[in-house]
Amino acid sequence: MAAEREPPPLGDGKPTDFEDLEDGEDLFTSTVSTLESSPSSPEPASLPAEDISANSNGPKPTEVVLDDDREDLFAEATEEVSLDSPEREPILSSEPSPAVTPVTPTTLIAPRIESKSMSAPVIFDRSREEIEEEANGDIFDIEIGVSDPEKVGDGMNAYMAYRVTTKTSLSMFSKSEFSVKRRFSDFLGLHSKLASKYLHVGYIVPPAPEKSIVGMTKVKVGKEDSSSTEFVEKRRAALERYLQRTVKHPTLLQDPDLRQFLESSELPRAVNTQALSGAGILRMVNKAADAVNKMTIKMNESDAWFEEKQQQFENLDQQLRELHVSVEALVCHRKELSANTAAFAKSAAMLGNSEDHTALSRALSQLAEVEEKIDQLHQEQAFADFYMFSELLSDYIRLIAAVKGVFDHRMKCWQKWEDAQITLLKKREAEAKMMVANKPDKIQQAKNEIREWEAKVQQGERDFEQISKTIRKEVGRFEKERVKDFKTVIIKYLESLVQTQQQLIKYWEAFLPEAKAIA
Amino acid sequence: METYAEPSCASVDLQGDSSLQVEISDAVSERDKVKFTVQTKSCLPHFAQTEFSVVRQHEEFIWLHDAYVENEEYAGLIIPPAPPRPDFEASREKLQKLGEGDSSVTREEFAKMKQELEAEYLAIFKKTVAMHEVFLQRLAAHPTLRRDHNFFVFLEYGQDLSVRGKNRKELLGGFLRNIVKSADEALITGMSGLKEVDDFFEHERTFLLEYHTRIRDACLRADRVMRAHKCLADDYIPISAALSSLGTQEVNQLRTSFLKLAELFERLRKLEGRVASDEDLKLSDMLRYYMRDSQAAKDLLYRRLRALADYENANKALDKARTRNREVRPAESHQQLCCQRFERLSDSAKQELMDFKSRRVSSFRKNLIELAELELKHAKASTLILRNTLVALKGEP
Repeated sequence: MAAEREPPPLGDGKPTDFEDLEDGEDLFTSTVSTLESSPSSPEPASLPAEDISANSNGPKPTEVVLDDDREDLFAEATEEVSLDSPEREPILSSEPSPAVTPVTPTTLIAPRIESKSMSAPVIFDRSREEIEEEANGDIFDIEIGVSDPEKVGDGMNAYMAYRVTTKTSLSMFSKSEFSVKRRFSDFLGLHSKLASKYLHVGYIVPPAPEKSIVGMTKVKVGKEDSSSTEFVEKRRAALERYLQRTVKHPTLLQDPDLRQFLESSELPRAVNTQALSGAGILRMVNKAADAVNKMTIKMNESDAWFEEKQQQFENLDQQLRELHVSVEALVCHRKELSANTAAFAKSAAMLGNSEDHTALSRALSQLAEVEEKIDQLHQEQAFADFYMFSELLSDYIRLIAAVKGVFDHRMKCWQKWEDAQITLLKKREAEAKMMVANKPDKIQQAKNEIREWEAKVQQGERDFEQISKTIRKEVGRFEKERVKDFKTVIIKYLESLVQTQQQLIKYWEAFLPEAKAIA
Repeated sequence: METYAEPSCASVDLQGDSSLQVEISDAVSERDKVKFTVQTKSCLPHFAQTEFSVVRQHEEFIWLHDAYVENEEYAGLIIPPAPPRPDFEASREKLQKLGEGDSSVTREEFAKMKQELEAEYLAIFKKTVAMHEVFLQRLAAHPTLRRDHNFFVFLEYGQDLSVRGKNRKELLGGFLRNIVKSADEALITGMSGLKEVDDFFEHERTFLLEYHTRIRDACLRADRVMRAHKCLADDYIPISAALSSLGTQEVNQLRTSFLKLAELFERLRKLEGRVASDEDLKLSDMLRYYMRDSQAAKDLLYRRLRALADYENANKALDKARTRNREVRPAESHQQLCCQRFERLSDSAKQELMDFKSRRVSSFRKNLIELAELELKHAKASTLILRNTLVALKGEP
């Protein structure tokens, strides 16, 4: 059984000839496993080049239906599955359920001239252990895909709608597969609701992707260049990761708002999420106020664990930021390398044309072809650099901000408890004074107030203990996830580097006899 | 410093003629000039000793080159292109900037960057030595050029040749001469009477004009690729450092993962650096050399064309003299001289151009093969260390 979980070794899939496919043809590329009853191995989404081929080790790709309006930006194949699929087994057995592979977005087959835009590899694989781990009766089995960005409307009121597809065997959902259309502000609205409910009691709520006024404006205005395509793809991938992280959280998964987000066809528009709205400005002001408060709270930390952890996260934050900056530079330079290689390829071809020695001329043309292929390779690698490495880091930088927020809430909770204790003391003092002055009605009032504040102190203590307990658990879970996340992505990234090198070997090995043939 | 027996851009297939062997056995870089020790081994009777060396600077090489170019006797030959001036400016600037430093850089990072820059400086140094050496070696290998008196002086005369760098007037003069030359060439080809009678030269002319432009383009772009590669390699330094500090801070399993990754990037950096420098040597430098050599070939064609024009003019003058029946004799002898010169030039030019082609082909072949082999070597090495790291990472719990 464990063997089936083994990802197919890289290099097995034959890279597709991209030139053969054209826009408009059915993109026969999804590796979504259909509803086969046999357990299938989850596909690690390697670079799209691998996914496209009919991967012999994994489930066979199925027929896909294209969305109708995909003319402007992006084309991906989503499988539209009939909801009453009979082959589906109920998931109450302890056997690993048919792990539904996430919809792997496909590459856009664009003519070579443009920069080839590709979709981000899917990050979240699940191991068998994870599935069996969950405490509740339902085995944790839910996969989210975000796909099919499409532009709705015109001009400055236009927005991108994304399809959110859920595949699950959890009984809390009415269907096992369903999809809805959501826009970016819907995601922000979801996060805002979850944050308001869970952050202040110590749950680490995954942050939503960042707004970008510039990026979105370009899209609205209809600029259909590669940079706006890239922006949309970056956002789509970020939204997908956001949802996947959110549903992995066992408490958040139970939340009705989350369920509504995933299931309802209509969602009330979240208007308070706009950057420059009144609510947005209020949020900014509150954040600033919080920052000031944090500085003035001096907490007697009785538990060294919290102090240690806070310091740890502080360090981690700083280091991840440093690494992120360097990786961004890497992405940029690799793109430059790709562009320069393409330019050189062209001039090598020209030189080959000029050369009047036949064999040398042919060799130079071959060199030009090799360099052109290498340019593509560099582009793909830059892509992997970004989507695997760079985005992982920026996701975690934002996640750690959420963790820090949770620690801050605990401090506030402590402050509240502390304040209640101080007030109680004051009330007791007041009562004592009343006793001396012998004013019976005031004494009664004082006693009432004392009772009230005793209760508040007790509540404060309970809250504080609760939040501390929750945070401990959350941090434990977070760290575990983090380790898994990083390891998975690092391995994927290294595999992409191996892939690039192997391709290089292939190209140069093909070139060598050509060079030797120069006579 | 170091000895450089092997030219890095071995673009020249020098027949192993042991009667005159020249090499640059040593070189010293002093603030803004480089002093080359030119060592000669020869059994030719002309020289006083069989083995001797002198110290020469770049300007003296240029003087030698110009002496050949201006010599009418060699008009029919391709004069090996002069070596480029040693240019350490960029490298020196970078080292200086590093020294002024950025306090956010850690000690290890600083050491690595310094190492990189020093390696770069050394590479530039080696290249300039190689280019000066190849220039001399081509002269020494050429049956006619090696017998030049100035060459002997250059090789043997112990004192400074007192060749100062060109002053402004001379530089301007040289610049103008080039303009006149290209204008002249255009004019010549426009002349109605001047028809290229020889298919070989007609082909060569068309070929060289286009070839030279395109190889110059290819060279510039190859340079950019090489620089981008270097940039990429340098990016691995801060990445490795950041991963290292991440690793040391972690208390969980990610510790070993990050540390291994840090090590990996350090090794990848070295490999990328080697890819960059190999591309530089085998591709960029080769293209650059043949860009200069093809220019020298173009210069030869120009000289021949000029000689043809002179011949045509002499013919016309002779006809005129005959019709007027005045000064026929001098016109005749002048015409004969021009004819002989033109034919001499044509013959030797033909040979030179064929040599140029075979030189070019064999050099490209050698360098392209070596390039492919090196790229393969580095890609295989990268794959190996990547795979090893993957195995280590996957093997952990």
